Amino acid sequence: MSGEGARGGAGAIPPSTSAEEALERAEEAPAKESSPLAGLGGNSRLKALVPTLYIVFLMLPIYWLINMSFKHNNEIVSTFTLFPENPTLDNYRVIFGDPSWYGGYIDSLIYVVINTLVSLSVALPAAYAFSRYRFLGDKHMFFWLLTNRMAPPAVFALPFFQLYSAFGLIDTHVAVALAHCLFNVPLAVWILEGFMSGVPREIDETAFVDGYSFPRFFVKIFIPLIASGIGVAAFFCFMFSWVELLIARTLTVTDAKPISAVMTRTNSATGLDWGVLAAAGVLTIIPGALVIYFVRNYIAKGFALGRV
Amino acid sequence: MDKPFDNRAWFFVLPVFVLVAISAIIPLMTVVNYSFQDTFGNNVFFWAGFEWYADVLASDRFRSALLRNLLFSAIILLIEIPLGIAIALCMPRKGVWVSVCLVLMALPLLIPWNVVGTIWQVFGRSDIGLLGRSLEFVGIDFNYGQSAIQSWIIVVMMDVWHWTSLVVLLCYSGLVAIPEAYYQAARIDGASRWKVFLHIQLPKMQRVLLIAVLLRFMDSFMIYTEPFVLTGGGPGTTTTFLSIDLVKMAIGQFDLGPAAAMSIIYFLIILLLSWVFYTVMTNFGVNAADRPEADR
Repeated sequence: MSGEGARGGAGAIPPSTSAEEALERAEEAPAKESSPLAGLGGNSRLKALVPTLYIVFLMLPIYWLINMSFKHNNEIVSTFTLFPENPTLDNYRVIFGDPSWYGGYIDSLIYVVINTLVSLSVALPAAYAFSRYRFLGDKHMFFWLLTNRMAPPAVFALPFFQLYSAFGLIDTHVAVALAHCLFNVPLAVWILEGFMSGVPREIDETAFVDGYSFPRFFVKIFIPLIASGIGVAAFFCFMFSWVELLIARTLTVTDAKPISAVMTRTNSATGLDWGVLAAAGVLTIIPGALVIYFVRNYIAKGFALGRV
Repeated sequence: MDKPFDNRAWFFVLPVFVLVAISAIIPLMTVVNYSFQDTFGNNVFFWAGFEWYADVLASDRFRSALLRNLLFSAIILLIEIPLGIAIALCMPRKGVWVSVCLVLMALPLLIPWNVVGTIWQVFGRSDIGLLGRSLEFVGIDFNYGQSAIQSWIIVVMMDVWHWTSLVVLLCYSGLVAIPEAYYQAARIDGASRWKVFLHIQLPKMQRVLLIAVLLRFMDSFMIYTEPFVLTGGGPGTTTTFLSIDLVKMAIGQFDLGPAAAMSIIYFLIILLLSWVFYTVMTNFGVNAADRPEADR
């Protein structure tokens, strides 16, 4: 186990990433002679090594966090062990026993879900318009939407605070959900437009000839056709809303405070409570892992069908 | 592909327009407003013209933060894009391992950004972290809170850890979309592995690469939470990127005028550079696509 620790430590410094590339190049060189299987050939064992090393590099910090979350604070600070010597659930008990802790998860999930629903429901018709029609200022509109994805949240933090204070929306889930629409709606429109453009227009026309009304066609025929696109768009909306902290923290005080902001409490008067911090971190990974698990097939196939 | 012209399509776009206009134009106008005004407090404002802009552009603080951020984005792109392509090329195409790889690789993308900072904070510390301890063990004195170079290394490493998967996922989806017939044709022509990459895989990935480069550039240029949690912009100001500096100025010191002017300049730089990337990459594709059937 200590061998893996040392390898991970060494495998994590940037120079080794270029080593991985060198490995890739070294693998390509002999392939030139044995060209017949050019497309998918190559030395498959060497080929598997690159993703494996990368995944090990990805997992090490997460493993360390999980490891720490099962330790008592004095074990964390005083000893160095690759596995908890006295595994404990105390850190998790602290979180699940305190409403201000677990409430953070509920708050985060509420605004993320509201944001995903709002983003998708406004982006669907807009993406349909962009993929099926030309209209006055369509290109400019599309570009302007995308520029909002380029706006640094740091620029918007203060004006958002003033805007939502004016409407009395500070510290509500709606405020955070609406604010996150700034970058999620353009992204959803962009992704959905790509998927919709992949559906031939003849399908729309045939449906209208068959006497479908527009809403019925849209819900019954069109949405099932682009289901994977909706999955990918929902994934991205969830992702960017769930991981964002700056705006969410600025717009909330107590009632709708996201879990990621609650986590900053651990470095309070008594110094850092590493164990609880690690446990809270582990718990924030779980919703993301669940979402990835559900959309895993869309990630593989879905991305390619769309604009990408 | 001639789409019919119909202005009624605007009704479909209207909800998006209203929603984004409220959350983009109004706040942006507030920022513009502040950037042209000065105040002595009590909510009394007077016209300051372009004074703040001149101040910000001339200040060392802004220039050095901008340089740091440009350097950071350049390093990030140079590491993550080739690495992402390499990993995507090596990924399996079929079987159980595809799902396993994709799920594990996507995991860092869905971790809240401050937790990413926290994970690397505990991972890199030389007293309690695996990485820091291992480096100490090997004999390297690792303390990213003290050394400028080490703080850069760990911030870059964290970003590579955090975001390379996005490049991998995008490239991978571009690669699996290439029909088998292309490879067969290449095999008949006796094309080398490198030629296949250059003439089939790279042009086919061009679209996803454009998205990957744009997203990675924009996000690395706007980076705030992760380095803020990890290093707090330190030691000194060595990892103080534009967003960190901006938040410090706007919310910490409440210098609304300079902060607003800086926001506008910042936003314009991102727009300009994104446009440059977009133009260069799309034009590059036109020249590189020597095959007529190469996808746009």
